[in-house]
Amino acid sequence: MQAGIEEQSALYQKRIPIFQRSIHGSFRRFKWAVLALAYSVFFGMVWLPWPRGTEPAQALLLDIAARKFYIFDFVFYPQDLILLSVLLFIAATLLFFVTSLVGRAFCGYFCFQTLWTDFFVWIEHLIQGERPARIRLYKQPWNSEKLLKLGATHLIWIVAAFWTAFTFTAYFTYAPQLFVDFFTGQAHPTAYLTVAILTASTYVAAGLAREQICTYMCPYARFQSVMYDQETLAVAYDEKRGEGKLGRAALRTGMKTLAERHAQQHGDCIDCTLCVQVCPVGIDIRNGLQYSCISCGLCIDACNSIMRSVGFPPGLIRYDSEVNLKQAQPAKPKLHWKRLKVLGYGAALLVMASFLMVNIASRSDFDQTVNQVRSPLYVLLSDGSIRNRYEVRITNRSSHDEIYRIGVRGIPEAAADFGNFHEVTVKSGKSLMVQVSVKLTPEQAAKVSQFEFTLTPRSRPSEQHLGQARFYAKDVL
Amino acid sequence: MSKDKMQSQAVQTTGHAWDGDLQEYNNPLPRWWVWTFYATIVFAVLYWIWFPAWPVAKSFTPGVGKITYVDAKGVTKTTGWNTRADLMRDMNELTAIQKPFFDKVAAQPYATIAKDPELNNFIASAGKQLFADNCATCHQAGGQGKIGFFPNLADDDWLYGGSYEKIQETLMAGRRGYMPPFGEALATEQIDQLAHYVLSLSGEKMDTAKADAGKALFHSETAGCFYCHGDDARGRQVIGAPNLTDKIWLWANVPGETAQEKKLAAVQNVIKHGLNKGVMPAWGQRLKPEQIKVLTVYVHELGGGK
Repeated sequence: MQAGIEEQSALYQKRIPIFQRSIHGSFRRFKWAVLALAYSVFFGMVWLPWPRGTEPAQALLLDIAARKFYIFDFVFYPQDLILLSVLLFIAATLLFFVTSLVGRAFCGYFCFQTLWTDFFVWIEHLIQGERPARIRLYKQPWNSEKLLKLGATHLIWIVAAFWTAFTFTAYFTYAPQLFVDFFTGQAHPTAYLTVAILTASTYVAAGLAREQICTYMCPYARFQSVMYDQETLAVAYDEKRGEGKLGRAALRTGMKTLAERHAQQHGDCIDCTLCVQVCPVGIDIRNGLQYSCISCGLCIDACNSIMRSVGFPPGLIRYDSEVNLKQAQPAKPKLHWKRLKVLGYGAALLVMASFLMVNIASRSDFDQTVNQVRSPLYVLLSDGSIRNRYEVRITNRSSHDEIYRIGVRGIPEAAADFGNFHEVTVKSGKSLMVQVSVKLTPEQAAKVSQFEFTLTPRSRPSEQHLGQARFYAKDVL
Repeated sequence: MSKDKMQSQAVQTTGHAWDGDLQEYNNPLPRWWVWTFYATIVFAVLYWIWFPAWPVAKSFTPGVGKITYVDAKGVTKTTGWNTRADLMRDMNELTAIQKPFFDKVAAQPYATIAKDPELNNFIASAGKQLFADNCATCHQAGGQGKIGFFPNLADDDWLYGGSYEKIQETLMAGRRGYMPPFGEALATEQIDQLAHYVLSLSGEKMDTAKADAGKALFHSETAGCFYCHGDDARGRQVIGAPNLTDKIWLWANVPGETAQEKKLAAVQNVIKHGLNKGVMPAWGQRLKPEQIKVLTVYVHELGGGK
């Protein structure tokens, strides 16, 4: 080796296999409950029928080809993009809000990467047994037992991944039809391709890559750390209590009770490493808060079970804030919500959520947009009057064909020429453009710069929509 | 290689040494990078085989990829892959999408088309395209024309008639607007009087005495303006003689001028030199009947029809 040649660190970190030990406890129960709920919604909802007359009877259907999103009784069109933006804003703010209160709760309990990894580990555990058995299997040379167990695990993973992929795809087309077409080889190539890609990515992400997705790939994992404050509740190891003056120590004779340990200036941690064994990302929480920690709470379950079994008080690892842990005598952990940031996120969340709800509740099943023809902006007519032309687009979002009457307000009714389409039938789910020309004398035009188009469904005259329009005559007046 | 091994090792050298101590690091590229590079080579070879690739003398290797398309004359052709054929194939798809609508337009009389909202939507978009491709060069994108050059199609003044039938006739057979020059037949003073009269018809400022003289001249055999423009000066659509009494100017750019003398001069110029440039070409041979029909409805809608 030459002097002066620098040490190099590798750009690629080979995965160190993690054999997650299963654990019982309140956090584990909560995680199972979330998983059960999420899976029943995801895998079940796609089969939920929802009769809608001639439209597809699927409760949640994102029909991209027809540009219609069916969500229960609502049908959303590309024009409703603003609602999606609001929804995304709400999702982001909710993430900020929750993270600044209780840390990466999304990662630990709700993220689909966590849910699917949990499920895949459960399958692994079912077939290959508990952590020691899995380690033994990993280390032993290839034989029929290893082949059989690993083969079965991967096979079930692939089946689970396939069904995940199929379910996802089925949200974009009528599911029962896709089911039949898919297995009789008649589905669209796009469906096969989507299912193939998603099967592969689910299998790789939940079966093989697992915590690497969170540690190396996920941007949310990284940027959530900037939302942490000293007041944020996070999964934390009470170092003062656990280490004492002389550090953690195993449970051995003369060190069995708290009194004995404290007398010898040792902490409460008996260094059983169970918190490390149950960790899905393979870290040691006793080293403090780390970017890899997805805050799933399993180490809390592990530590509490040990503390109880040796007769020590639980909570050596717990949800607590940095400020509290710093104190000489940490108080009972509590939610620090009286912070400007949290209140701000909360307010933004509340405002946008109410906006979304009001918007959806006051949705009407038809819409109009008025576009002025701009080439030319105006036309001088033979009698000296001025004509502007408009394109009025009517969208019928209802489930039945409807006759709409277009009118004007703010200018004389006779000034507007609707051609043959003063009243026009728009088919269900379609939109139609009607060309309107408005003719005003210079005297009238001088007084009018703005007027409204009115749109009234014939069956419900009380529901009238207004569309703003401008009359342009500046150059001629 | 495990993490420990990678991190603890210094960079290897190739083992060569020059000048006694010059050595070369051996930093092999990551394996995924190398394999990706190999994959691009394989891709390139497949690309050469499928697409036109290598120049050979005055020609090139055509590639084995084939494209079948229907050309403008309706002949189905299969050629080696090229971008022009690729475009033609895309255009064929568009034609197939538009066909049912064009068929519907072709099969129905104008009165029925005018009442069909969906068909009108189709004409608004397909007509706009046809208009932009064929008509907008002269009549401008919105049909507003240009005074002194091309008539405005968006106003309510129709030189040859604004009914569907007349518009179709104009499109099919074209038009030729002509006004004889009066520069030699009339005295400069008479032309001036006529110009004042023409301005008076449209409510422009003028000299009333001169306009009265012009009015007499207009209806006299000397000038004979009334033969074409009519006794009431409202024009005659049969021969395309424009209405002189409305606010719309076709040749003399009166609205474009602010000074009185210039307005007069513009009108005088037309009377003096006449016009022989009002040529609308015939489109009957160039466009398909259903395209003419779409354009007819489109232009009718532009001007509000008659």
